[in-house]
Amino acid sequence: MNEEKEKVLEFPLHLEVKQLSAAAGRTDQAPAGREASQPRIQARDLNFYYGKFHALKDINLEIPAGKVTAFIGPSGCGKSTLLRIFNRIYSLYPGQRAEGQVLLDGKNILADDVDVNHLRGRVGMVFQKPTPFPLSIYENIAFGIRLYEKLSKAEMDQRVEEALRQAALWDEVKDKLKNSGLGLSGGQQQRLCIARAIAVRPEVILFDEPTSALDPIATLKIEELVRELCKQFTLVIVTHNMQQAARVSDHTAFMHLGVVVEMDKTANLFTNPRNKQTEDYITGRYG
Amino acid sequence: MDKHFEDDLEELKQRLVYMGGLCEKMIRLSIKALVERDLAPLNDVFEAEKEVNQLQVEMDDRCVKLFALHTPVAVDLRMVMAAMKINNDLERIGDQAVNISQNTRELLKQPPLKPLIDIPRMADIAQGMLKDALDAFVKRDVDLSRAILVRDDSVDALKDQLFRELLTFMISDPFTIQRALDLILISRNLERIADHATNIAEDVIFMAQGKDIRHHNEEARAV
Repeated sequence: MNEEKEKVLEFPLHLEVKQLSAAAGRTDQAPAGREASQPRIQARDLNFYYGKFHALKDINLEIPAGKVTAFIGPSGCGKSTLLRIFNRIYSLYPGQRAEGQVLLDGKNILADDVDVNHLRGRVGMVFQKPTPFPLSIYENIAFGIRLYEKLSKAEMDQRVEEALRQAALWDEVKDKLKNSGLGLSGGQQQRLCIARAIAVRPEVILFDEPTSALDPIATLKIEELVRELCKQFTLVIVTHNMQQAARVSDHTAFMHLGVVVEMDKTANLFTNPRNKQTEDYITGRYG
Repeated sequence: MDKHFEDDLEELKQRLVYMGGLCEKMIRLSIKALVERDLAPLNDVFEAEKEVNQLQVEMDDRCVKLFALHTPVAVDLRMVMAAMKINNDLERIGDQAVNISQNTRELLKQPPLKPLIDIPRMADIAQGMLKDALDAFVKRDVDLSRAILVRDDSVDALKDQLFRELLTFMISDPFTIQRALDLILISRNLERIADHATNIAEDVIFMAQGKDIRHHNEEARAV
């Protein structure tokens, strides 16, 4: 009985990608009271073009809420492209267009009437290289909050501290909040960027290769942070480092040539992938 | 794939197969000594056991290094894990062959109790199971592994049959107890060898398909 119950509650992974859209229909009909396993983001028949280049092909997948989902795959497979669709950051560049649907909490974010500034407040992003503003540590955080909210000085102080604490940076910077964010080490700068993303209280945070410019110790801190943050946010991480995907994520998707080849629970994908292509890639026999 | 890693995996496999070959030889020699009433082959069994023990340590060391240096995943991870488990089974098989040799040494001090029929049959089956399990490991052959699981039942049946027969000897003549017990212990060791070969076959299925079929998961066995 318990087993059956568990099966029903489980996010419908362990499915070939082609089956995922069918599975999406099944979750829609699921009974209430199972927020933890409901998808936060759903891609439906998503295609993406850089001019004439067809970069993503018929993507159908679901990103579960409150979990870490990792995207792995060789360079140019489209994983960063996919990530950049989730907050429509691609639309800053001419000639790039997405077709199909990306549902955030059931609402299509690719629709024309979506306010992208509001969207980017709900879906934050952390980039490969730390990108602090040339401002003080305090202002790096406060800047983003001011775009969305008007707060008193005391409220703002509290929000900045909260964000820095959540990003596990508070203890290291609390005595030098007025110093420039550029004076921090690479790992600290990256955590500052994470704090900046958290500060506006998003639902989803996207990480695009967040540790590829960091040393192993700083990497470990970011990874620990990711595990911690998934209790509050839905996290999506693109990484070249497969061991990192294995360490930090709950679900992993393997992409190749613009297609999601296999998506599964991370523990399954790294012990017993069902697709030969996935196996060849993660065991280093390909790519 | 990293050439160095590939070479290490291949070497691991070769050494394991070599270790398995030694264990096969130990079973064959211990039963040969028993059947031919000749102590000479037993020395080779005791010598081989020393080598098997060293190999067990060497194999674990190789596996630990593979984990630490290459962090294998998927089929490679399952292969190294299977190798570690098979390593333990082989070492135990070596021990069982030594036990058989020690019982044989005792038995040969007295005249034969009865013609040996079931024990050589059991030894043939168990040794064949081990040989096939190692072949299945090399070829990742799931069908061959499944066939081994079935053969374990016939070894168990032979052991039970022999036990009943020897019981009648012991009841009718207490002077046969020592020899009958030695034969029972030998059959018990052969039955254990077949169990270890079964374990290896199960590990091969895990390695090849990622399915754990241990502990009478009949559904998985039937697939």
